[in-house]
Amino acid sequence: MEYFFEILLGGLTRGSIYALIALGYTMVYGIIGLINFAHGEVYMIGAFTALIAASVLTLMGWNQVAIIVIASVVAVIYSSCYGFTIEKLAYKPLRRAPRLSALISAIGMSLFLQNYVLLAQTSNFLPFPNLIPEFEFLKPYQHMISSSEIVIIGTTAVVMVLLGIMIKCTKIGKAMRATAQDRDMAMLVGIDVNRVISVTFVVGSATAALGGVLVASHVGQINFYMGFIVGIKAFVAAVLGGIGSIPGAVLGGLVLGWTESFFTGYVSSDYEDVFAFLFLVFILIFRPAGILGRSETEKV
Amino acid sequence: MLKIVGLNSYYGNIHVLKDVNIDISEGEIITLIGANGAGKTTTLMSISGLVPPRSGEIYFEGKPIQGMVPDKIVSLGICQVPEGRRIFPYLTVTENLDMGAFLRKDKRVVKNDMEHIFDLFPLLAERRRQAGGTLSGGEQQMLAISRALMARPRLLFLDEPSLGLAPLVIKQIFEIITKINKESNTTIFLVEQNANLALKTAHRGYVMENGRITLSDSAENLFSNEAVKKAYLGL
Ligand SMILES: Nc1ncnc2c1ncn2[C@@H]1O[C@H](COP(=O)(O)OP(=O)(O)OP(=O)(O)O)[C@@H](O)[C@H]1O
Ligand SMILES: [Mg+2]
Repeated sequence: MEYFFEILLGGLTRGSIYALIALGYTMVYGIIGLINFAHGEVYMIGAFTALIAASVLTLMGWNQVAIIVIASVVAVIYSSCYGFTIEKLAYKPLRRAPRLSALISAIGMSLFLQNYVLLAQTSNFLPFPNLIPEFEFLKPYQHMISSSEIVIIGTTAVVMVLLGIMIKCTKIGKAMRATAQDRDMAMLVGIDVNRVISVTFVVGSATAALGGVLVASHVGQINFYMGFIVGIKAFVAAVLGGIGSIPGAVLGGLVLGWTESFFTGYVSSDYEDVFAFLFLVFILIFRPAGILGRSETEKV
Repeated sequence: MLKIVGLNSYYGNIHVLKDVNIDISEGEIITLIGANGAGKTTTLMSISGLVPPRSGEIYFEGKPIQGMVPDKIVSLGICQVPEGRRIFPYLTVTENLDMGAFLRKDKRVVKNDMEHIFDLFPLLAERRRQAGGTLSGGEQQMLAISRALMARPRLLFLDEPSLGLAPLVIKQIFEIITKINKESNTTIFLVEQNANLALKTAHRGYVMENGRITLSDSAENLFSNEAVKKAYLGL
């Protein structure tokens, strides 16, 4: 039974990360119908930025809590600037172009950023300090869940709730939904659609960067390639939940996280990805638009 | 109030609007009639800034507005009830109305205006928490008009408001259009296929053929014009 809970919590942690990153894919897709392949790289850049900030702060002798907070904030701001710039440079000029052109631009952006970090930093794995302090109250449950896992799950939950409130209740959130549903009409009611798109990229990048910092601190090392596979998986999570749907991204992330964990825990870790993806294909056969996705026919 | 001079608009290489001239004075109801594909919707979209014209001038209250971004044009008080209504399908009725008032800062007055709309259209009030996409065609048209009114427009474009609606609903909608014009002195630019009804509602009209304005006159004169009768009134 303890083993079961260990796996459940491990899956929840993984799933939280996928969800955090899937949000960016799904929000951008919802608004401009584009798979932003450079999203995984923003996550990676978030981790690198945090490493640099944390190293500097450590040298300056700051305490651990201050370091994690400041490093995260710096990473979030810096990555948001990246997200903002990526959209302006790589996607905005192609907004009226065929979808495929923008997709290729996205793949190009992703490769460019990977190689840029590779050249500017290193191709090696860099050690990342464990920024999250050990919580005393967790001691008895240490074998089941670590402090960094708790922080990952908690942060994700808070981000989800805040994002949910933003999208449901705020003016910019409503404008985002309106733009996603009918961009031209959104313009006709006076919404500055360019601004809405920028905000979407900034918010998506911020959550991805936060995920990058948390994972880096949890895993203890980073490299320029770290965004690629996580990016693909988060993208799968977004599709699984129903791309364009925010609750779908969360659900898709969790389902993917748990699927991987349970296959690893009870079957074999060698085939983790194989089984996980088989299961996803299986779900998509029955729900082609994703678990919470709206099928095209329902669209007005 | 609105003056269009020598307007030319294109979709890619397709030349759609050719040298269009239109003049609208404050308080008028002007109609633009023409066959399918004549360029009526394109005319509205060019003024609203969604299809930026390639040449020509558009003046609103004497100031040139061509080349402005759509949200800037809306902020001047030029609003549109577009062809096919374009309700935000997954926003509730209330949220759709909120979007109409997107650029307004006077929150309290907006709230009053919304209550006023709900008085005017009790059907919408009953469905205020329902998703816009679940409304019937007639209800959606009411909502589309209401959404535009939430902006307190000075110049309101209506693109084929009668499209696909039952005669009784059409009658109701045209009564509302007349009422909006009279009560709040909103200038109205009405695009219609239903020339009969449009000419009965409007003060003046323009006829568009293949992207050109071929006729313009008072509504009565157009109504009795032989060519118009034959082509658009089916008489
Ligand atoms: N997005 C577009 N891309 C290319 N061509 C277009 C586009 N929209 C309209 N057109 C073309 O421009 C011309 C004018 O179209 P427009 O929609 O303005 O006509 P309309 O008078 O509003 O017709 P209807 O009464 O059917 O609504 C048509 O020949 C149409 O095929
Ligand atoms: Mg039209």
